[in-house]
Amino acid sequence: MPEQPPQERIKNFNEVPYGYSKEIAIEEAKRCLQCKNKPCMKGCPVEIDIPGFINCIALGEFEKAAEVIKAKNNLPAISGRVCPYEEQCESECTLKKLGEPVAIGRLERFIADYERNKGAKIPERARPTGKKIAVVGSGPAGLTCAGDLAKMGHAVTVFEALHDPGGVLMYGIPEFRLPKIIVKSEVEYIKKFGVDIRYDVVVGKTITVDELMKQYDAVFIGTGAGLPNWLNIPGENLDGVYSANEFLTRVNMMKAYKFPEYDTPVKIGKVVATFGAGNVAMDCARTALRLGAEKSFNLYRRTEAEMPARAEEIEHAKQEGVIFKLLTNPIRFIGDEKGRLKEVEFIKMQLGEPDDSGRRRPVPIPGSEEKMAIDTALIAIGQSPNPLIPQTMKELKIGKHGNIITDEDGRTSVPGIFAGGDIATGAATVILAMGAGKRAARAIDSYLKNT
Amino acid sequence: MYPIVEKKVLSENVKQLKVKAPLVAKKAQPGQFIILRIDEKGERIPLTIADFDRKQGTVTIIFLEVGKTTKQLGTLEVGDSLENFAGPLGKPSEVKKYGTVVCVGGGVGIAPLYPIVKALKEAGNFVISILGAKTRNLLLLEKEIHEYSDEFYIATDDGSKGHKGFVSDVLQQVIDKHKVDMVMAIGPVIMMKVVSDLTRKCNIKTLVSLNPIMVDGTGMCGGCRVSIDGKTKFACVDGPEFDGHKVDYDNLMLRNRRFLHEEGEACRLADAQ
Repeated sequence: MPEQPPQERIKNFNEVPYGYSKEIAIEEAKRCLQCKNKPCMKGCPVEIDIPGFINCIALGEFEKAAEVIKAKNNLPAISGRVCPYEEQCESECTLKKLGEPVAIGRLERFIADYERNKGAKIPERARPTGKKIAVVGSGPAGLTCAGDLAKMGHAVTVFEALHDPGGVLMYGIPEFRLPKIIVKSEVEYIKKFGVDIRYDVVVGKTITVDELMKQYDAVFIGTGAGLPNWLNIPGENLDGVYSANEFLTRVNMMKAYKFPEYDTPVKIGKVVATFGAGNVAMDCARTALRLGAEKSFNLYRRTEAEMPARAEEIEHAKQEGVIFKLLTNPIRFIGDEKGRLKEVEFIKMQLGEPDDSGRRRPVPIPGSEEKMAIDTALIAIGQSPNPLIPQTMKELKIGKHGNIITDEDGRTSVPGIFAGGDIATGAATVILAMGAGKRAARAIDSYLKNT
Repeated sequence: MYPIVEKKVLSENVKQLKVKAPLVAKKAQPGQFIILRIDEKGERIPLTIADFDRKQGTVTIIFLEVGKTTKQLGTLEVGDSLENFAGPLGKPSEVKKYGTVVCVGGGVGIAPLYPIVKALKEAGNFVISILGAKTRNLLLLEKEIHEYSDEFYIATDDGSKGHKGFVSDVLQQVIDKHKVDMVMAIGPVIMMKVVSDLTRKCNIKTLVSLNPIMVDGTGMCGGCRVSIDGKTKFACVDGPEFDGHKVDYDNLMLRNRRFLHEEGEACRLADAQ
């Protein structure tokens, strides 16, 4: 996949991969063996007919390929960019045993972009059922659930707390991985099924779930995992310490990288340290470089083998010059006389026995404390389920991590209320949230037929 | 879009806007705030709710023009609209019968104090109000607050009206005269700190309303985090009111300064246009 060279791309927020040309796409699609048992489909959380759409590309029938994808996936321009396909469809690909799997994710992206540029066809909707559903949250779970329900003929209203749709798609994932104009375009497509999106509605404050239950026939909760986790070490409230959420929201959603053209500022010093090693941490470290940091470090308490981030993201970060300091754990942040961050004290770690995540537990090496001069710290050690609805709706059964408890189809402890995505599972991926939205839509449809 | 249905100039750089926002008006409670964005390139800013009319579906905000966004807000007229207006956010004031309550408002902090004074009076409290400002022209809502107060005092730095000095001077006198059950203070951080130091000595329950910088206002970024009794809380969902004796005011003041440079730059550019 042709990409912007690293030293050039850290000066801009444009997408890193350029995308396939028609010729490359057809050539790649022709590699597919069209296996009869379709192992790739086993790995797809939204059930796309993968050999089906790839065959269309191989024949040059791009519009037909789009129809095949869109029969199952309403947001392919998004999943084609951010899915960890190397762990899903591509990991099941027969060709993987012989070398490189078919580049399924990139082919999906190619078709999605092709269709978006041509103008997407609006699929058929079933006859109106007369039923109304409220979807809370316009992130990947909510958008998918809303789109599928609308296709089934239901009237859907999405309630979004912020002023833009997309949830993590808009505030969390950087512009250089997922351009916001694409997110808006995908949302417009879903709105064409008749989905109505209302902004500035904070469910739990502006309106409650109970009130929604009185006005709608069913409710889907997709409020995500937007609560930042903290290190809980001294100095975390110093000037210069941000949660990944605050940092990314300022840059991605509020476009702080264009300040002062856009009013929201973000402040990055010369030496930035990101704590954590998931995709969010990679996003933070890479964004810091683009904002002009002279050095961008990534501090993680385990080793590269245990990092949860996608290999592609770690690779991109390394190419761009992010410096990894592994087996280090921060102890405290130290500020200057004005309360501004100037140093972090950390301790070196070694790996011991596995903990309950299955990864080897990091253990401090006594006496190995060190200090490092930094002026910005980005805390990217995970997000927890948004507490607003769990706290304001006592009848909903909540798990010990603040997640809404559901069965595999999204049914909660309250009939008529469904949930899916990060609010139910804890922070996970966009595509899993989309899969959950899809399953919940079917469960809601079935529930409405029986009430 | 949220249309502006009324505009009042309260003093040289303090303005009042009544905004049509039916869902917010329906649910608003004293002590809560809204987050607004003027236009697509604008930043999100929190402003406390000064008043609301559930029947008309309007919410009133009062603001001091300190930076680019509030200055821009001040140029809007009736008929203009705001791009976004979300709320009501934060926990409502704990309104109940305390007994004798003293409500202290400093500068533009007087605005959010007004609905609280009203509610406390209606809950059966003996309400003593102390309003302070640099000079008489920066006082707000005197008549409105006086209407709901059993005792009413003014303090101005320059002595142009009422006591010459700070609200804390007047508060000390009030405490000496009455058995006070609760003090509610809203105003500049330093004012809330001074009031809290005073009442801590006399062991009087004190509530303050904090005003950190916010982005989303719904609890997802932690930008508004404050230190309460050594623990980190989010002003947007755990507050904005907190026990005045437990707040780390120095940390709040330092965090509120973190974009001083950018704020200055934005103002200079806006003024140049």
